[in-house]
Amino acid sequence: MTLMSRVAPADQPLLKVERLTKRFGSRIGCADVSFDLYPGEVLGIVGESGSGKSTLLSCLAGHQRPDLGQIAYDGFDVLGMSETGRRRLSRTDWAYVHQNPRDGLRMGVSAGGNVGERLMAVGARHYGQIRARAVDWLGRVEIAADRIDDRPSAFSGGMQQRLQIARNLVTAPRLVYMDEPTGGLDVSVQARLLDLLRGLVRDLGLSVVIVTHDLAVVRLLAHRLMVMKSGRVVEQGLTDQVLDDPQHPYTQLLVSSVLQV
Amino acid sequence: MKAGSPALAAVDPVTQRDQRAPERLGPQPEQKDHRPQNHDGNGDDQQRCGDIVGRQGETPEWAGTMTDYNFAYLDEATKRMIRRAILKGMAVPGYQVPFASREMPMPYGWGTGGVQVTAACLVPEDRLKVIDQGADDTTNAVSIRRFFQRTAGVAVTEATTEATVIQTRHRIPETPLTEGQILVYQVPIPEPLRFLEPRETETRKMHELEEYGLMHVKLYEDIARHGRIATSYAYPVRVEGRYVMDPSPIPKFDNPKMSGNPAIQLFGAGREQRIYALPPWTDVVSLDFDDHPFETSKAPHDCDLCGARHSYLDEVITDDQGGRMFVCSDTDFCAGRRAQGKKGQLWAPEPEAAE
Repeated sequence: MTLMSRVAPADQPLLKVERLTKRFGSRIGCADVSFDLYPGEVLGIVGESGSGKSTLLSCLAGHQRPDLGQIAYDGFDVLGMSETGRRRLSRTDWAYVHQNPRDGLRMGVSAGGNVGERLMAVGARHYGQIRARAVDWLGRVEIAADRIDDRPSAFSGGMQQRLQIARNLVTAPRLVYMDEPTGGLDVSVQARLLDLLRGLVRDLGLSVVIVTHDLAVVRLLAHRLMVMKSGRVVEQGLTDQVLDDPQHPYTQLLVSSVLQV
Repeated sequence: MKAGSPALAAVDPVTQRDQRAPERLGPQPEQKDHRPQNHDGNGDDQQRCGDIVGRQGETPEWAGTMTDYNFAYLDEATKRMIRRAILKGMAVPGYQVPFASREMPMPYGWGTGGVQVTAACLVPEDRLKVIDQGADDTTNAVSIRRFFQRTAGVAVTEATTEATVIQTRHRIPETPLTEGQILVYQVPIPEPLRFLEPRETETRKMHELEEYGLMHVKLYEDIARHGRIATSYAYPVRVEGRYVMDPSPIPKFDNPKMSGNPAIQLFGAGREQRIYALPPWTDVVSLDFDDHPFETSKAPHDCDLCGARHSYLDEVITDDQGGRMFVCSDTDFCAGRRAQGKKGQLWAPEPEAAE
């Protein structure tokens, strides 16, 4: 894989997660998850439905509060931070791409407004400049500039997902969380979206945590891979290594379950 | 009761009720209390159609039947609760204070919030003015004014300069307000972020954390769609650099009048159960973009009755042939100018069209 040849640019981890645990009563959401994410690195998390991938991601993004463990972003203790600080982080340094674009977009607001929202949230007050940035970003995600005043509800599923990505990346975040970004898209649209994501990740030097159940997606995008089952990490390592030489029985099952066309 | 006139003392139900009064809570006793006066009041109402200002200065004969606390329709506990909310609102300008809005004897949307705030502010010495879209003589204004004449017996007036409390629906009077006056707004939807963010928990959080980017998204959408900020009423403002506030559906023409105003401005939303306030001399800034600054707007005409050039105008359709005229929406302001001899182009001394 071409991406594998990239060397992580810095020696300090951007995101450091230790023993993260989230319980729902007596049930385990995710347990004892630890990993480091370096700048420019893409970490894939795979596992079957209910294995705790999404719980882990929403704990990382601050949507849910974990019961135990620590998250350090760029040296700052995220869980000990005030909510103001955490929300500011998630407006500026972080981005979250939802599986369903309707969760991540404002469906009643035009495409330009959607892209501009984060800019305005961090204080942009010049209409012309906001609009120029929006046009620029729509171009980068291959949405025609003349669609800027259309609402997302007039867009196809693939366009909505690309719009969501543009909306998230416009403030140049350093860390992007993606929850099944290609779910619900047909394969040809998926392929183009993956291509786009790969280009953006490389050009912008993003660190990404991507949750998916699609092994092809992580094969293309992720440098490293974590395999989860029943809330716990059962195997982790370099993506190609895990996929080509799975050690844990569950990973072996997962890899062998992929349909070959 | 002791101060009651002979006519009052003769009414049995009143004396009976008066004995029971200590055990009863809620606003009903007072309402009953004033039934007898309704005969009085009705007679007045007839008269008042001609001259509303006529009662000014009289001390109503039933004033003595009320305690200081239960003055003006509200019971003691309610009044205290609303006054606390008002004080809190004054202490945190622009912050929406929740309060336990009571049912008022009028439907939601008719100014129940404003009525409760007014009732909580009124003292017997007050002189009340009520306007609806600037006019003193429309249904909403007349019925609320009559309500307070019956239940509080306060003096009323149409003159902005003479009023101590002004309840308004959707306008700020043209005549500048002065220190010591209270302007009470009726508010339908107090939350400026509501149409972009339907969740109350989320909008509260956004106020708490000063996340007001969304407000500009609304203005952005306006410009994207119409080429300019097309929001012309309920135009969002920022108060003292902190809370973003909905100024109630006043035209944006009135927005600059809110800032640095010497009067106390109170906002009451009955259905949504919120009170907020602007203390005197509060800094109020209308939101805008650097390259699309805030602008007031009004119909590009002079008033056809009084010739005023800079007052906010209503368009009145006069026939079904496309005939129309523009008149000041502030009736007191317009009448005052005409009294000074100023004339618009359609003003006639026998004014069927005017009144």
